[in-house]
Amino acid sequence: MSAFIMSAALSYAQIALALAACLGGFRLLYGPRAQDRVLGLDTFYVTAMLLFVVTGIRVGSPFFFEAAMVIGVLGFVATVSLAKFLIRGEVIE
Amino acid sequence: MTYLETLPAWIAIPVAFFLVLGATLTLLGAIGLARLQSFYDRLHAPTLGTSWGAAGILLASMILVSWTEGRAVLHELVIGIFLMVTTPVTLMFLGRAALHRDRIEGTPGIPGAVERSDVPIGPVSPPEGETAFADPAEAPGEG
Repeated sequence: MSAFIMSAALSYAQIALALAACLGGFRLLYGPRAQDRVLGLDTFYVTAMLLFVVTGIRVGSPFFFEAAMVIGVLGFVATVSLAKFLIRGEVIE
Repeated sequence: MTYLETLPAWIAIPVAFFLVLGATLTLLGAIGLARLQSFYDRLHAPTLGTSWGAAGILLASMILVSWTEGRAVLHELVIGIFLMVTTPVTLMFLGRAALHRDRIEGTPGIPGAVERSDVPIGPVSPPEGETAFADPAEAPGEG
């Protein structure tokens, strides 16, 4: 019983998160302007991080969690530096 | 799929509930990102996924791993706190970048910086009131 509940919830979460990552990727590819693409990238990495956490629950391995942490830290740096580039035209002054 | 069969129902039901809640909110945020019309509307949509979407999935992982290990495993709080601290910073910075670009290009419907001078910023009003930037930190002489 609990195996069925967990299997259904994990499958639903993985499908929904993959769909959300596809929508973020759509905004990344077809965003009308540069800031839309940066926002799509931000959504994409957060969704991919959550997908890693869910996959780690399903597999039962702690390595997916560490990968999710690395994605979170690097995504923050990427979004801040891209926004800085949009304001100034260069990242490091 | 092996260790999940030994879960009792009082663990499996909250974990499944938080998983479904987090995934649904993240999907709703992504749908809003794809469907809303202007950039300033779209800026709000993905925060649904970074606030309760991430919190639901991380809570589910925390409950499940704590039961499996037999002790309190709070590693997921690192991701959760980091995400809650950094998301407002990045999105406000991105919004300011978009506003800066729209003001430079003269997009209609964007509030200019000069109209902001009627908002009282400090105890003294700005002397000329003709500064092009509402925030002195954005003045072109800085940096």
